[in-house]
Amino acid sequence: MVSLKNITKTYNHGTVKAVDDVSFSVEKGELFGLIGPDGAGKSSIFRMLATLLIPDKGSATVAGHDIVNDYKLIRSKVGYMPGRFSLYPDLSIEENLDFFATVFNTTVKENYHLIEDIYVQIAPFHKRRAGRLSGGMKQKLALCCALIHKPTVLFLDEPTTGVDPVSRREFWEMLKRLRQQGITILVSTPYMDEASLCDRIALIQHGRILSIDTPQGIAAAYPNSLYAVKATDMPRLIHVLSTYYPHMHSYLFGEVIHLDARGMGGYNLPDELTQFLTAEGFADIEVKPIAPTIEDCFINMLVRHDT
Amino acid sequence: MRQFIAFVKKEFFHVLRDRRTLLILFGMPLAQILIFGFALTNEIKNAQVVVIDHARDDASRHIINRLAASSYFEVRENVMDKNRMEAAFKEGHIKLAVVFPARFQSDLNHQNHAQIQVIADASDPNGATTLTGYVSSIIQDYQTELNEGNGLPYRITPEVRMLYNPQLKGAPNFVPGVMALVLMLVSVMMTAISIVREKETGTMEVLLVSPFKPMWVILAKAVPYLLLSLVNVLSILSMSVWVLDLPVAGNWLLLFAESTLFIITCLTLGIFISIRAKSQQVAMLISLMGMLLPTMMFSGFMFPIENMPVPLQIFANIVPAKWFYIIVKSIMIKGVGLEGIWRETLILCGITLFFFVISLKSFKIRLE
Repeated sequence: MVSLKNITKTYNHGTVKAVDDVSFSVEKGELFGLIGPDGAGKSSIFRMLATLLIPDKGSATVAGHDIVNDYKLIRSKVGYMPGRFSLYPDLSIEENLDFFATVFNTTVKENYHLIEDIYVQIAPFHKRRAGRLSGGMKQKLALCCALIHKPTVLFLDEPTTGVDPVSRREFWEMLKRLRQQGITILVSTPYMDEASLCDRIALIQHGRILSIDTPQGIAAAYPNSLYAVKATDMPRLIHVLSTYYPHMHSYLFGEVIHLDARGMGGYNLPDELTQFLTAEGFADIEVKPIAPTIEDCFINMLVRHDT
Repeated sequence: MRQFIAFVKKEFFHVLRDRRTLLILFGMPLAQILIFGFALTNEIKNAQVVVIDHARDDASRHIINRLAASSYFEVRENVMDKNRMEAAFKEGHIKLAVVFPARFQSDLNHQNHAQIQVIADASDPNGATTLTGYVSSIIQDYQTELNEGNGLPYRITPEVRMLYNPQLKGAPNFVPGVMALVLMLVSVMMTAISIVREKETGTMEVLLVSPFKPMWVILAKAVPYLLLSLVNVLSILSMSVWVLDLPVAGNWLLLFAESTLFIITCLTLGIFISIRAKSQQVAMLISLMGMLLPTMMFSGFMFPIENMPVPLQIFANIVPAKWFYIIVKSIMIKGVGLEGIWRETLILCGITLFFFVISLKSFKIRLE
């Protein structure tokens, strides 16, 4: 449904490389996630697919149409919500929604079922101007505006940035429902926890794709064993670990420290580490093997990429 | 079509909900008409005039009565000698003196020719010219009347012609000028800013990737300003008719049609600026410096084009307001029909077409 071949995009006359030789494809009805930090090149990819930018090199098609030559055909078929999506602050919630529905050739009534779950939350304020809404409510309205038309392919550039966790979950529920209706969705997010909700994801950094697979596949491809370490004095613990085991990457992950046991295949790491840390004066030591999350995979890839 | 209407509705909301825009839109024409109409008028009312009548005959009396009846003068009749008159001028008590020679009527009757001395305080050259003009035309009137009842060709003063403006009003010249100015400002600046605003806020990005054609986006933006500008034309004209007592001599319908044409010219200019400008500030600056200034300087409204150096006269030809100013003046004051202004109309059409085509050509369908 969407396919990119060796796409490269530079800005400022070639001095800034935003997207570097990117290729991937998205199947029909798939929920595909572009996962990466800010500045990774996600928005540039979206803008090229939405026919707003022309790639320097490479080619891409959306719904079978070339993004440069057949831009008109693509525009009549896709839905696009830019990362910096802004509503009309002087129009009310209702008027914004009505306007976008009409521009996209539909009515609020026709596709209300697509946005119902989120819209009911802001519906009590439907007469309020969008400029006077809180940040989260604005984003919810923006989502409703982006989803109100039922496109063949939907491009959502960081749709959940700035939205509270509950609404984020509801939003992903909505995406799944859209997918069931056969809509192909390409979504980007800086939140790793959302990655596991996609059918397939592409991890992206500095304009390059690091890996493309299902979330399970990416997690399964984690090359080493991963441990969660916990003890009394956490700040000192992370310092000690990085000093005495510099070849193993350790990082704070919520309330525990994740330790990537690279090159430690032959050892019984939990026992050995417990002994070492007891000798160092730590108490309540806990070392247990864990299954890597997408975030762990991403961190691992970045570390390998940098060294 | 449904999309287009929704778009136009949205634009109206933008305009009507922004107090500053509304103020500029409707407050400005009002203020300008009033300022130009009353504060900056070169019309003089109740000027102090002294009459020194050495003749004291019927003819001089007739003319004095006419002067006194006019609202421009406050006539004081005094038997003054030359020295006292000069002193009064110096102190600024009087603006004008009318001196009748001793044998005024008998000169007129026997030689068919008499002279009146009109002395004006020329330290205010404009005022002096205006006042002597007033007096001359009043005397002219009297002379014409005299000649009608009589076969004899009486002559009284040197001739001053006040063509098209017999009532000597100050308004006729500036109403078309203000119209050109206001329409230029509203149509060019407002459209340019409102389109650039969508680019700045990022909504243009969504609109571009919609089935709605980009050119329709632009047109939908132009429609509200066309209608609002027509409201402005109506309000300026009604003010000039009812507040400034300046009737429209020609055809109202023609005047509105020509105004619509000029508004469309301005809208295409605004659209052209919006395509080029990156930010609202730039759009505003270009509209103000690039459009408003030439409109003031080169429309012929403030400075006569005939007095300019030739290169500037040639430059004035590409200022749309110049042609509109001529058109409105012709219709409003001279009462000319389309047959008298078709050339100017064609030129405006040409300018509009030119900017429409290059806007269409340079419209960016993408972000870069």
